Amino acid sequence: MSEFKTVATRAAYGQALVDLGHKRDDFIVLDADLAEATQTGKFKKEFPERFYDCGIAEQNMMSIAAGVAATGKKVFCSSFAMFAAGRAFEQVRNSIGYPHLNVVIGATHAGISVGEDGATHQCNEDIALMRSIPGMTIINPADATEAALAVEAALDHDGPVYLRFGRLAVPVVFGDDYKFQIGKGVELKQGNDVTIVATGLMVNEALIAHDLLKAEGVNARVINIATIKPLDKDIIIKAAKETGAIVTAEEHSVIGGLGSAVSELLCEEYPVPVLKLGVNDVFGHSGPAVKLLDEFGLRAENIKEKALKAIGMK
Amino acid sequence: MEASKILELQKTACKVRMGIIEGVHAAKAGHPGGSLSSADILTYLYFEKMNIDPQNPKKSDRDRFVLSKGHAAPLLYSVLANRGFFEVEKLTTLRQIGSILQGHPDMKYIPGVDMSSGSLGQGISCAVGMALSAKHFGEKYRVYSILGDGEIEEGQVWEAAMFAANKGLSNLTIFVDYNNLQIDGSIEEVNSPYPIDKKFEAFNWHVITIDGHDFNQIEKAVLDAEKQDKPVCIIAKTTKGKGVSFMENSCAWHGKAPNDEQYEIAMSDLKNALAELE
Repeated sequence: MSEFKTVATRAAYGQALVDLGHKRDDFIVLDADLAEATQTGKFKKEFPERFYDCGIAEQNMMSIAAGVAATGKKVFCSSFAMFAAGRAFEQVRNSIGYPHLNVVIGATHAGISVGEDGATHQCNEDIALMRSIPGMTIINPADATEAALAVEAALDHDGPVYLRFGRLAVPVVFGDDYKFQIGKGVELKQGNDVTIVATGLMVNEALIAHDLLKAEGVNARVINIATIKPLDKDIIIKAAKETGAIVTAEEHSVIGGLGSAVSELLCEEYPVPVLKLGVNDVFGHSGPAVKLLDEFGLRAENIKEKALKAIGMK
Repeated sequence: MEASKILELQKTACKVRMGIIEGVHAAKAGHPGGSLSSADILTYLYFEKMNIDPQNPKKSDRDRFVLSKGHAAPLLYSVLANRGFFEVEKLTTLRQIGSILQGHPDMKYIPGVDMSSGSLGQGISCAVGMALSAKHFGEKYRVYSILGDGEIEEGQVWEAAMFAANKGLSNLTIFVDYNNLQIDGSIEEVNSPYPIDKKFEAFNWHVITIDGHDFNQIEKAVLDAEKQDKPVCIIAKTTKGKGVSFMENSCAWHGKAPNDEQYEIAMSDLKNALAELE
């Protein structure tokens, strides 16, 4: 894979909003005083009359977005994952989720790779929270290419969508020919010894792990799951049947995220060993993002170790 | 307002109140006190003021209403049924399995409900979102909402108030149903939001204080609100449990249903009131 270019998915989000803004004028964008960081500031600069800052009041922003959607209009709203999914959870559940309104939540700064801001801002629980809301669609793009495609798809999706973006610049792994569809996983590497199911920035690590394993004679399948809910059951069950062991990899708590979703599915449909790689039920702390990813074991080498262990459990 | 029109609205409000009692009695649960206190305001909005069509409940240019104090659902349902959005007979299915009439308003299935609500403090923000949408996309409709006086203890209400004034949402009119009672007692005992008028004024709203059971005053305030260049808060002094003798001014009837004997007394109070008007 190519690693010459790195772009944060939040940057791709901001650019995608601008691109969409040039194509159509049927939506508005809300933020909660973090426009520069979430990158909705790009849209604000280009279309100031279509951008509304709610100030530091995420709960209000979520219910306002619901009100806009209830009038039949389209709306994006953004904050950090911690505040969008965490602080405003009940507004997302009751104002947006229960009436199943077409609100797109663009949550940035998800996961441990927030870095220096530390644990208060490193949200490793947002996928778990959003998964628990009936009818919520959750998309965690792997790179800038997928992020841009997800933004456009989310705008015309029926029902609420939670888009999860990162702060850290990550390799662009997909080319311009990449096809994205909500609810569909993508097999990136073939293999029948074990399957690595990855999401977000862990997809690139999974591809590196694939090569590390290959050097040791192990053929690992790699699946990118951008849409964590609704989960692409078919691709997961097929992988369980054909490879007999699964490793999940996500920059999120091992509780309630992709690993949980895959485990819940396979427990009922086709039980095989599932080992979960993620943040192990601990808070993060301050430090450079890349060092935190090393420290918290969110690297290709860690995936490789889990994969070998999973194969041993077959 | 003409005397004949006032009389008609008073009669309608009586029927609306009967619908509240019918619903809550059949459900053996629900919130009669705050439903009865807001009944005249909502009767005015739905039978006199708002641009709505029971035959076309989702018409795009309709005025919007959000019941921010969502626990007054029995009131909203009774108003909608009496206005022709659905059969009055449905009111006695309140809170039953299989009924569209959920314990709190559900916009997905109930004709005429513009926004789901029930978690206090969120409805006003939704109304603000609707007003923002109307202003942004150049729609002419107005947005109305009713909040409980206890409800404004929620911090989100003030986030919404700050935003609405900052964005100049003059197409938004809210009522605070000022009956002075919440579940745990009088609102100043529990956690006083007083002075309500000065708080909204400080948030740069236009504030009008009225008797929330006087149709003349309700109409005058609503028309006055349309002339303002900022959002308007109408503080409506009301009596919790209004119209039912033993429920008036009692927080015990915030969230309790009448038994069969109490139901008979309540209905008789309202029938007598209606007979006096006729």
